[in-house]
Amino acid sequence: MNKLLLIIGREIKSKITNKTFIIMTILAPILITGFMAFIVKMSQAERTEQKVLVIDETHLFEGKLVGNDFVSITYSNERYEKMLDKFSEEGYTCLLWVTPTFLEGGDGSVKIFFKKSPGFAFQTYVRGQMEKIIYEQKLKANNIDPTVITNARQKVKLVLEKIDDKGRSKEQSSFELFGFFSGAFMMIFILMYGMMVFRSVMEEKTNRIVEVIISSVKPFQLMMGKIIGVAILGTMQFIVMGLTTLLLTTLLSGIFLKDIKTEMKKFDEQQELVKKQGITVDFAALEKFDGKLEMFDVLKKIEGIDFTEVFICFLLYFIGGYLFYSSLLAAIGSFVDSETDSQQFMMPVMLPLMAGYFISTKTILDPDSTLVFWGSMIPFTSPIVMMSRITSGVPLWEILLSITILYISFVGMVWISGKIYRTGILMYGKKTTWREVFKWLRY
Amino acid sequence: MSHILNIRNVSKNYSGHTALKNVSIDIPTNSIFGLLGPNGAGKTSLIRIINQITGPDTGEILFKGEKLSPKHIEQIGYLPEERGLYKKMTVGDQAMYLGQLKGLSKAEAKKRLLYWFDKFDMQSWWKKKVEELSKGMQQKVQFIVTVLHEPELLILDEPFSGFDPINAQLIRDEILELKKKGTTIIFSTHNMGSVEELCDNIALINKSEKILDGSVKDIKKTYRSNTYKVGFKGNVLGFTNALWTGAEILAKETDDDVNVFTVKLLNNLKSNDMLQAVLPTCEIVSFNELVPSMNDIFIMKVGKDTVETIKGSDTE
Repeated sequence: MNKLLLIIGREIKSKITNKTFIIMTILAPILITGFMAFIVKMSQAERTEQKVLVIDETHLFEGKLVGNDFVSITYSNERYEKMLDKFSEEGYTCLLWVTPTFLEGGDGSVKIFFKKSPGFAFQTYVRGQMEKIIYEQKLKANNIDPTVITNARQKVKLVLEKIDDKGRSKEQSSFELFGFFSGAFMMIFILMYGMMVFRSVMEEKTNRIVEVIISSVKPFQLMMGKIIGVAILGTMQFIVMGLTTLLLTTLLSGIFLKDIKTEMKKFDEQQELVKKQGITVDFAALEKFDGKLEMFDVLKKIEGIDFTEVFICFLLYFIGGYLFYSSLLAAIGSFVDSETDSQQFMMPVMLPLMAGYFISTKTILDPDSTLVFWGSMIPFTSPIVMMSRITSGVPLWEILLSITILYISFVGMVWISGKIYRTGILMYGKKTTWREVFKWLRY
Repeated sequence: MSHILNIRNVSKNYSGHTALKNVSIDIPTNSIFGLLGPNGAGKTSLIRIINQITGPDTGEILFKGEKLSPKHIEQIGYLPEERGLYKKMTVGDQAMYLGQLKGLSKAEAKKRLLYWFDKFDMQSWWKKKVEELSKGMQQKVQFIVTVLHEPELLILDEPFSGFDPINAQLIRDEILELKKKGTTIIFSTHNMGSVEELCDNIALINKSEKILDGSVKDIKKTYRSNTYKVGFKGNVLGFTNALWTGAEILAKETDDDVNVFTVKLLNNLKSNDMLQAVLPTCEIVSFNELVPSMNDIFIMKVGKDTVETIKGSDTE
């Protein structure tokens, strides 16, 4: 026992003093937060200010195009050829030219001249405004009140409620993308720490120190020491990274998401009003939020996730999946001689991990299919697949069963690996084949 | 004579080949025991069994009369032929770790290491990483961690390979000193010179079987062939006539006026008998018994074909 602790201690110490390890622990939360911030930023409108000079030869839009916080509109009656060279000198960022044949005979195209490319959000904004103006114009021409049309449109929202065994139902905020990312993260984590064990085993073998060590401790102790050492290290690293990420995101979202959250609140209030007062409500007030609906949806889904549940499940599946795969990798590391010929022996690790990943992409379309069910039971794929469906309301018994299977399989895998390991680490210079490895099991 | 180790009828099979076939060896306490044999004879398999890295298929091993068990690990020190260290770890950390794995407390390991580092004049290495050391320096570290826990039985597999002559002498002296302190040393080697110099007893293993064992002295005695080298001045014909049928002349050399004959006595004749017969015919200048070296015995027992491979590996 004492010796096992020594081995675990050495394993942790040798990794924790590694520069790459320290950098990784600090950098990963920053990268993850940065990535999330990037996504949020992308879904938000750009803030680049646009000063638009409009030359409207149809006079359709005059006085009707409105700007917002970052788009300002100026009208001009000059000829566009004349302004083409001058607009940027006069302080405009682009020139919007509506051709005289815009509607009649034209294909509905409007030209924007620019020096610096206007962003996609700006284009969407301008196009949306113009389409709306034409739409209302055309309706009026036919004596139809545009509000009638608007009110006639009803958005439908699907609310999924899962009924459990006791007949109770619970609103299910399934957030497939989040599940998918947790599955992918799980795969990366298992592989990352599993490879740590693999490399540590191979290092001892190629260093030829292994024979000295197993004359003091049992090979099984050495193998377990490594696996447990890296497990402790990984769990610590995971918790540190998880907490830092949480801290960073709370901090950042406090700063950057404040506006959106207040807007979302306003939107919710408006919706409440609609429900109470029926269609007599001012729809223009709701319309303001149109571009932000998706954003609200994502935020609501994030808020709907039970992070404690996800965190606990992730930790349990990570430890189980890691233990399972790392003992397999320890066995493989014991009989490969060099990193180059290790490739062919990595197949039994890479294939099931990839399979898990592919099954987890399927959970997005069909979270309750048979394939997904079995994928989340079989220990080779269960950590990845189960994580990917964790937000879609998996019954507790399934989670418990799959975790039990995973941990029992780990014990079996360690037993097999131990047998391979103790023979493998003393094999030098011989090309090992799978057939031989199976023979070692019977020693 | 008490034995620290009794190896009894040990056999070991790997898939496809036999590593050891019914090997029995007794190793006397407080001696230096040479485990000899060509490459692939089964020496390393036997050493691994003694170290409990693997177990025998049949047979048993007694350590000081008790069946060998994990509790004996701390009384055995092992320096494998293929030895290494963690490259990225500092010398001190590494030595502490390996010492503690052999059951030493942290304080005790540190105390003993300081003694050894001082003795080998390598205090300044403590904080260095192993990859910064030369091969010879690494071997010193390896030797120290092997003997650090003061094992009663020390197993050294080719301890001198890779050492420069100065360090080899240093290790040789240490081995002799450890023996003085009561340690039993098993050492496996191809270097027959060091066998004759250091070993009290040997066992020779070839093709998985023990083919010879006993004390170096006895073995040499057994392989004496009653052959002498006689140097003389005078009449060659008279010398050969005087020997007549009592001896066989194996070789003749002439250096200036001195003739050196290698003579094998027949019919249980003693050296004095021969001398009496030849004295009247010539002037004897030198007279030596030709005692076979361990090298000769090794070659004789193992056979010429396998010797070729040994010679090859000796030059490594």
